[in-house]
Amino acid sequence: MPIDVLTVEDLSFRYNSSDVLSGISFSIKKGDYIGLVGPNGSGKTTLVKVILGLLKPYIGRITLFGDDIAAFSRWDKIGYLPQHIAAMNPRFPATVGEVVAMGLLSKKQFPKHMNRSDLAEVDRILDLLDMKKLKNTPVGELSGGQQQRVLVARAIVNNPEFLIVDEPTDALDPEMRDRFFDIMQTLNKEKKVAIVIVTHDTGNIGRYTSKLLYVDKKIVFYGSFEDFCTSREITQFFGEFAQHVICHRHNQNPNCPPGDHGTD
Amino acid sequence: MELTEFFRYGFLQRALIAGSFIAILCSTLGVFLVLRRFSLIGDGLAHATFGSVALALLLRMSPLYVSIPIVMLCSLGILKLTERARIYGDAAIGVVSSLGIAGGVMLSSMAGGFNIDLFSYLFGSILSISEAEVYISIGLSIFVLLLIIFYYNELLSITLDEDSAKASGIKTESINTMFVLLTAVTVVLSMKVVGIMLISALLIFPAVTALQIARSFKAVMLTASLSAMASVVSGIVLSFSLDLPTGATIVLINFVFFLTGLTYRRIVKA
Repeated sequence: MPIDVLTVEDLSFRYNSSDVLSGISFSIKKGDYIGLVGPNGSGKTTLVKVILGLLKPYIGRITLFGDDIAAFSRWDKIGYLPQHIAAMNPRFPATVGEVVAMGLLSKKQFPKHMNRSDLAEVDRILDLLDMKKLKNTPVGELSGGQQQRVLVARAIVNNPEFLIVDEPTDALDPEMRDRFFDIMQTLNKEKKVAIVIVTHDTGNIGRYTSKLLYVDKKIVFYGSFEDFCTSREITQFFGEFAQHVICHRHNQNPNCPPGDHGTD
Repeated sequence: MELTEFFRYGFLQRALIAGSFIAILCSTLGVFLVLRRFSLIGDGLAHATFGSVALALLLRMSPLYVSIPIVMLCSLGILKLTERARIYGDAAIGVVSSLGIAGGVMLSSMAGGFNIDLFSYLFGSILSISEAEVYISIGLSIFVLLLIIFYYNELLSITLDEDSAKASGIKTESINTMFVLLTAVTVVLSMKVVGIMLISALLIFPAVTALQIARSFKAVMLTASLSAMASVVSGIVLSFSLDLPTGATIVLINFVFFLTGLTYRRIVKA
């Protein structure tokens, strides 16, 4: 039986004695493509930070690829795409190549110096994302869409098996957003990379992902869109209209055969 | 005076050698400090150095030996205050800084007031650097520079984005601890060059000058090092020739370099 990419068991996180997350349990398998959604302040980013070991839970257990997070050392299997990094500041001097190369550090032993094959890997990923000619350009001088592609390149240059993406498309125009999701789709379908995309864009996420994890301090829903679209509890929670919108968009997902999902 | 004759003076040779090493050290570390918006830690630790120098003079010990461990402890204090006591970095620096000054004033008062020795540490006296101090400065500079070279990519990754660095398995807490300890050693070594009052200039100026000109991180490090070295060497030569205070001359030359960089950037951008 294959090991789960991620398991979260009875996780709670507190900040200033108030619960930000409570009783969170779910697991992610290889090849899952999950939309992590919820309203502002629902704890989505906190959940991501706890999963990545950036914050310590109040109680609960997290395993990554079967190892408890405290003992987990195979960070080369993880790719993380944050919303923003310092290099996006126009005053920051790092070039595209320098930023993307940082994505390779997790697989390197001390001293973590780059060699020729690493630089070739950076070139390969920049080529894949049509950014090779920007390799020596400071990231701060790029447009929002180009900066986002740099972060994507950094997150996937290491060929991760589990990719966590936090609010990836906020700065992107619709064309760039579709391109971003095409890249994610390719990684998920062809390389079976498990992907979690954090977004508050509940309406659009169904167009791209296969599962939905709806968090509002606790898990409101976790499962396939098929279950989401036919659940009466969800209808009561979201209202019929909102549920309909999400499910309608999911039916436009080219990877989902039409007519598979109940409500449309 | 002939240039060859000029360099025949032992004290000038010592000043130039130690000053060059410390300049490279300060500028390299300064790039990370400036980009992490932690540049005023130099000021805070310099004030802590003031307290430790006063203690050393009171105990009639070498300020270098007394200051290094005390200022290292202060740097850890700033880090822990920021991480654990939920106060902002600048406030933590302010706490340690004012404690350092208060301690220094108290100890000086106990010793019977300020004396010429303390004054030389406040405003630098690289021309009076001893042979032993040169060796210590070179040794520690090489040690700190080697650590920066070995941990260059980890430091760059943390500077870019600490969360992503941690999520790629980098032990960010250990690296941050090492980083503030290296800063503490650097600040103590620099007090002879520009003096306690002006140490932060040697950390900040070369970095902000390089940021005006260079377009990659490695280029910033290289430009900052060259700019710092040029400022220290020319500052020592100029101050000796014109009988000016060395520390202040070095800082003013750094300011001229910065203005040049700023002008260059404006011309290139125009």
